[in-house]
Amino acid sequence: MSDFDPLLLSRIQFAFTVSFHILFPSFTIGLAAWLLVLELMWLKTGERVYTELARQWTKIFAVSFGMGVVSGVVLSYEFGTNWSEFSRRGGNVIGPLMSYEVLTAFFLEAGFLGIMLFGRERVPRGVHLFATAMVALGTLISTFWILAANSFMQTPAGFRIGDDGVLYVQSWWEVIFNPSFPYRLAHMVAAAYLTTALCVGGMGAWYILREKFVPHGRVMLGMALCILVWLAPLQLVIGDLHGLNTLEHQPAKIAAVEAHWETQRGAPLILFAIPDIKTESNRYEIAIPKLGSYVLTHDWEGEVRGLKSFPADERPNPIIPFFAFRLMVGIGVIMIALGLTGAALWLMGRLYTTNWYLRFMYWAWPLGFIAVLAGWFVTEVGRQPWTVYGVLRTADSVSPVAGGKVLTSLILFVLVYSIVFGAGLYYIAKLVRNGPEATPPIPEEGEADPSRRPMAAAGAP
Amino acid sequence: MTEFLPVILPLVWAAILALAVFLYVLLGGYDLGLGVLFPLAPSNKDRDAMMASVAPFWDGNETWLVLGGGGLLAAFPLAYSVILPALYIPIIFMLLGLILRGVAFEFRFKAERYRYLWDIAFAGGSTLAALMQGVVIGAFVQGFVVENNQYGGGPFDWLTPFSVVTAIALVSGYVLLSTGWLIMKADEELRVWAYGVARYALIAVAAFILIFSLWTPLLHPDIAARWFAPGNMVMLSPVPLITAASIAGLWWSLGQRHRYTPFLLGVVIFMLCYTGLGVSLFPFIIPPDITIWQAAAAPESQLFMLYGTIPILPIILGYTAYSYYVLWDATEHDVYH
Repeated sequence: MSDFDPLLLSRIQFAFTVSFHILFPSFTIGLAAWLLVLELMWLKTGERVYTELARQWTKIFAVSFGMGVVSGVVLSYEFGTNWSEFSRRGGNVIGPLMSYEVLTAFFLEAGFLGIMLFGRERVPRGVHLFATAMVALGTLISTFWILAANSFMQTPAGFRIGDDGVLYVQSWWEVIFNPSFPYRLAHMVAAAYLTTALCVGGMGAWYILREKFVPHGRVMLGMALCILVWLAPLQLVIGDLHGLNTLEHQPAKIAAVEAHWETQRGAPLILFAIPDIKTESNRYEIAIPKLGSYVLTHDWEGEVRGLKSFPADERPNPIIPFFAFRLMVGIGVIMIALGLTGAALWLMGRLYTTNWYLRFMYWAWPLGFIAVLAGWFVTEVGRQPWTVYGVLRTADSVSPVAGGKVLTSLILFVLVYSIVFGAGLYYIAKLVRNGPEATPPIPEEGEADPSRRPMAAAGAP
Repeated sequence: MTEFLPVILPLVWAAILALAVFLYVLLGGYDLGLGVLFPLAPSNKDRDAMMASVAPFWDGNETWLVLGGGGLLAAFPLAYSVILPALYIPIIFMLLGLILRGVAFEFRFKAERYRYLWDIAFAGGSTLAALMQGVVIGAFVQGFVVENNQYGGGPFDWLTPFSVVTAIALVSGYVLLSTGWLIMKADEELRVWAYGVARYALIAVAAFILIFSLWTPLLHPDIAARWFAPGNMVMLSPVPLITAASIAGLWWSLGQRHRYTPFLLGVVIFMLCYTGLGVSLFPFIIPPDITIWQAAAAPESQLFMLYGTIPILPIILGYTAYSYYVLWDATEHDVYH
């Protein structure tokens, strides 16, 4: 049993469970906001297409949210089962941030989700709208706290280390609003909205292509495009600022992302390479001279630190950050292109009739998820070998558990998550394929009497 | 004032966490208990009704468990970092059980041909999670080996006859709560069935309470000393007496076909058992040696959380109550699926 390394296995298990989990918030943060917009549009215009879409996508929201909840519960216990030393030494800081997430976000979401899903015919329209708004707000509050905790692990501030090796908080303000937090928060929220926009837009394009639910498809594609055309370019700017912030506070991560081994002025931008940690150099390198320095320092001759300038035991392995970063940026560029092309077609009045564009939009639906995962891999692997950057090593964070146990739990997680994910995707696909259903007669304001026994809104289960 | 904080704050946080865990045991209890009963229900229609009765609430119920975990990390990081590795296997299985039964709420109504698979996931996952929670309680009472602020015991220390029996006991308690829930909410036919099942569950619960009242003091002389010390015995004697009275009252109310009394008395029985557990273990948060004061987070961390918790917790209780009120008689007809 002792042959299995509990550290490596715990890292793989955490990476697997947290990656699985982040897919759902990435989708539901934006979806909750979109549902709120749909509800508002319906109240304002009274056009059925909005409420029909809201009803359909509420079901999709419910499936995704459910999977997000159950995979999130796992994380709140995994910190203890697998990372007990991190929990013990960092608990004073991380614990309150995560508890505030539970208190201010999870309960809000859970409390109003029931009303949002089951209360449409039982509460006045205003209350239902309020419940939807609270769920949307909850997803954002949750993002706030969890990114505060993660950013503290990246760029810790406002604390001191006691003689016992435990972290103590000196300023909560500095802990929460640590140097990388505003950038990471903005980057993640924008990523979540973009992810949802691609899903909604992609499915809208698909409806138009199939000539089914065309009015709905147009609304979906149009609204998604409104997000894409502004937010995708803005995300590039946010990402750049975030990168500069990382360069300032975590230069080793940037060196890994850029696969720079040597410290140099006028550093190249490496497009492709296989970084080799044994020889401390790149193989098969394709690079553009000087562009690296310009991107990182906004100066053609700016100095960029290489990995070799950090002690060998304080460097991340560059392979994953290097490739994941390129994948993320590549997807970002595709998003910008999709947004701008779509806007141009719309201006020409051909958005809903240009089949090749619709097909591109349809195939692009999963790109947001891939970009989110790639981005998290960049930042989390790039933080290594630390859990709390420069303060607590990953190797010193792990629980005293045997590798065999971790291997067993890892296999079980992979097995169960594969089933759950497969089924979830299948049912969501089914909901998308079935399309929005025609609405029943619209109840007048105030008619929703709780004692009334309403008929099913969406037909039989 | 500040010199009292390290004394008072751990007490306050122990109380808040005790409340969170208790609410989870009640709410998650009836919720998981329904899953345990699921395969035994008279018909598929009843299974639909059982699931619909809890579908709007399961997510909120489970949040108390997340608060229990997150709160333990925040308020007593040492306890969190010792107890969770010690209970690695039961915790992981509990989580897997909760995943399977949680997604079943969404998937079951959407599945057609393979609905039975999600029935199995719901029943199996609920039962597994409930059993593992019982194991966790049993292992907690047994205590943990601590060396250098870390768990120092073996991977299977939690697996003992005592923890196996607590597991079965907790499941029977959850079933009792869930029959109480069905008696409040189900239609005539299912209710009649629930009255019958509740009697068996109550017999099991009464027997387990008796077993633990004898076994726990025998296992732990210090717990025995606490209960049977002359002064304490008088003080504590109401606990077993009221428990006995509640069990008798519950039995009677089942015969009288009361609608709300069975659930409420089930809650009272849980509350008394929980109090008994508290009396046996206080002030240890990592039994048998480490107290809430030794395991406490730094005062500034506990205080920071308290500032938010004091105003937020009543609000949470408020909108949770509102949600139960509005969706109380939601049936499968309201299901948005």
